[in-house]
Amino acid sequence: MSPAASEPATTVFSRGLWKDNPVFVQVLGMCPVLAVTNTVMNSLVMGLATSFVLVASAIIVSLSRRVIPKQVRIASYILIIATFVTMADYIIQAVSLEIHRALGAFISLIVVNCIILGRAEAFSSRNPVFRSVMDAVGMGAGFTVAIVALGTIRELLGSGTWMGLPVFGPSFEPWVVMVLPGGAFFVLGLLLLLVNLIGVEK
Amino acid sequence: MSDPRLLVTTSPFLKDSASTAWIMWHVSLSLAPVVLVATWFFGGSVPLVILAAIAGAVVPEGIQTILRRNARQPQAPPLRDGSAFLTGLLLALTLPPGIPLWMAFLGGLVSVVLGKTVFGGIGSNVFNPALVGRAFLQAAFPATMTSWLPVAEAGSRAQVPATLFTTPLLAADVDAISAATPLSQATFGQPTPEFADLLFGAVPGSLGETGALVILLAGLYLAVRGIVNWRIPLSILATVWLVGSGLHLLDPAGYPGGMFHLTAGGLMLGAWFMASDPVTSPMTQAGCWVFGALIGVLVVVIRVFGGLPEGVMYAILFANAATPLINRFTQPRTFGTRFKPGFTR
Amino acid sequence: MSAPNAINPPAETSSGRMILVMGAVGLAASLLLVGTYRLTAPRIAANRAAYLQASLSSVVDGADRFVALIPGEAGWVSGEDVPGGSRVFFGYAQDSLVGLAVEAAGQGYQDIIRILYGFDVTCGCVVGMTVLESKETPGLGDKIEKDPVFLANFKRLVVRQEGEPVSPVLVPRGQKTQDWEIDAISGATVSSQAITDILAASTPGLLDALERLGQPAPPVDSPAEDTP
Repeated sequence: MSPAASEPATTVFSRGLWKDNPVFVQVLGMCPVLAVTNTVMNSLVMGLATSFVLVASAIIVSLSRRVIPKQVRIASYILIIATFVTMADYIIQAVSLEIHRALGAFISLIVVNCIILGRAEAFSSRNPVFRSVMDAVGMGAGFTVAIVALGTIRELLGSGTWMGLPVFGPSFEPWVVMVLPGGAFFVLGLLLLLVNLIGVEK
Repeated sequence: MSDPRLLVTTSPFLKDSASTAWIMWHVSLSLAPVVLVATWFFGGSVPLVILAAIAGAVVPEGIQTILRRNARQPQAPPLRDGSAFLTGLLLALTLPPGIPLWMAFLGGLVSVVLGKTVFGGIGSNVFNPALVGRAFLQAAFPATMTSWLPVAEAGSRAQVPATLFTTPLLAADVDAISAATPLSQATFGQPTPEFADLLFGAVPGSLGETGALVILLAGLYLAVRGIVNWRIPLSILATVWLVGSGLHLLDPAGYPGGMFHLTAGGLMLGAWFMASDPVTSPMTQAGCWVFGALIGVLVVVIRVFGGLPEGVMYAILFANAATPLINRFTQPRTFGTRFKPGFTR
Repeated sequence: MSAPNAINPPAETSSGRMILVMGAVGLAASLLLVGTYRLTAPRIAANRAAYLQASLSSVVDGADRFVALIPGEAGWVSGEDVPGGSRVFFGYAQDSLVGLAVEAAGQGYQDIIRILYGFDVTCGCVVGMTVLESKETPGLGDKIEKDPVFLANFKRLVVRQEGEPVSPVLVPRGQKTQDWEIDAISGATVSSQAITDILAASTPGLLDALERLGQPAPPVDSPAEDTP
């Protein structure tokens, strides 16, 4: 259930980064985590787009939490989230068509990313705006850090580059599997193992 | 505990005198002729690739042994049972002779870590560990894994291709050493080698897949000693021959014959040494026949209709995944009951 | 600050209020979307045009403007508003035709491959090829986009010999002897074959359209005006 209202705002923020990390601890939103983390750039854009949608929808959901009737809340949240996802889609197309082509349908699929609806339902709809924003920023940052970590490992091994810059020199042998979906499962599994070794409070 | 009057325990009740370690080392030893034949045809790179793959397989197993000793866990030390050694050896026999040593090492590592340890160690793995390692290498380095050395000339056996010593993480110059395997020749409609060459192994291919006759003899020895369940290889080979010959009868120009399918590629090695792995094959005798037939059909289907020239690896991995289901449907009737196998429990 | 449970009591909410709230949310959403669309549309259009222009220039050398047309029943029809897939771009330099860029697509190893190829009317040959969209296996099939030897096939690939269409033929690497043969990528035969098949399927239709409809008249307006 939602955390106590007495919790300081900094704790609300840092929870998403580590203790309740949406990828490594909650294991939510696996569709983009597995599908678009083949390069650091794709991961970063996906993380930022998701964070934007998280924060923007958290503000609106939190503001309207007393207005929206319980019976139609999910429909309203989805409408709000879909609006911001479509905005993000337009903005990414305007900034770089290349990245938009690489991310493909996965930008539109942010709508069904369970992290966003989950935070709207579990946190923003029960908390004031400032705390909701802190929570959304924390979750967004946690998600972004996690998928950029995945993207870093996959791009380093799969293409020998980082953000498109060659790291291992020209005669590097790319591990093709790392760019393919199978590599995402391997890397995610190993990172989950690592996070559990370090010890996250469940 | 000293000799309880009534010992209540689960099956198995009948135990063979052969220990896991005895079986593993015995199988490894029976592969020695295969290794010798491979060295004869592909030269000095063979022992090096084998050593690298075994090293890759043994290192994680050794670490696990040390960790367990420190944790004072009561299991037998896993390194000494020889299963990691055998996994590394089998993996090496499926690799192309010109593969860089660092890739062979990585393959061994993946075989044991992703193929066995993560499932809970020996006896708990779903898939054949050596084939997991090979599948990983195939997916990671498809170009290197499909570049084959030509068969060595008489004078050049001592030479080792330079690609073996590629610095880790760097690419090998495999374009220079490419030769076509009999199966890829068949895929692209080129003339295939003589039957005798296929039988004795004078064709390009993975280290241990070319000498069909030697592998057959080694496998037969293991079957006679009761180490390998003969039903699985027999069922695989018979199915491949039947399906392959059937297709050949339908269109002799379009499809290679049954004997070609039997002797080309990794079928012999896969059938005798990988599909018959007791951990990942069915427990019931009827299940073994089904398991073998499934592999046989898949091998021919992938080879003839698929995009890949060779299908033994994926066929066995796929059948491994089907093993629990096969076990379930082939339960023998318990004495004195009318139990029908299937999903009834 | 209110306790979490006190919000949204489940009791009696009239349908009228629900409809009102949903309507308001919908209205606000559409306003936001229209606003964003109007702000970003020019940039998106410019990005798309630049991408297309770059692809066109890469297969037809020296053209300063392109006109998108599609073959119709009785003549070439404007293809400016036609969604991509079967357009023929006539490239002009100083009102004289320098080459054609043709869209084509076909099944690859993983998914549909969309390509753009340059075509020279006088020699009847393909003069360039670029992949617009493909999901071929990284490291193997995607060599169709950048393998220099493979791309060199399309510098001059004859598809019309003495007035008759010729189908391109894929041959193993290093065995190309004829102008209509394509040197395959070793290890990526399926993807190489896919490109060959796309060209073999597309070029006869193009040759037929050119023979039936002739070349369209060069555009009348001056090149400087609407060159992107």
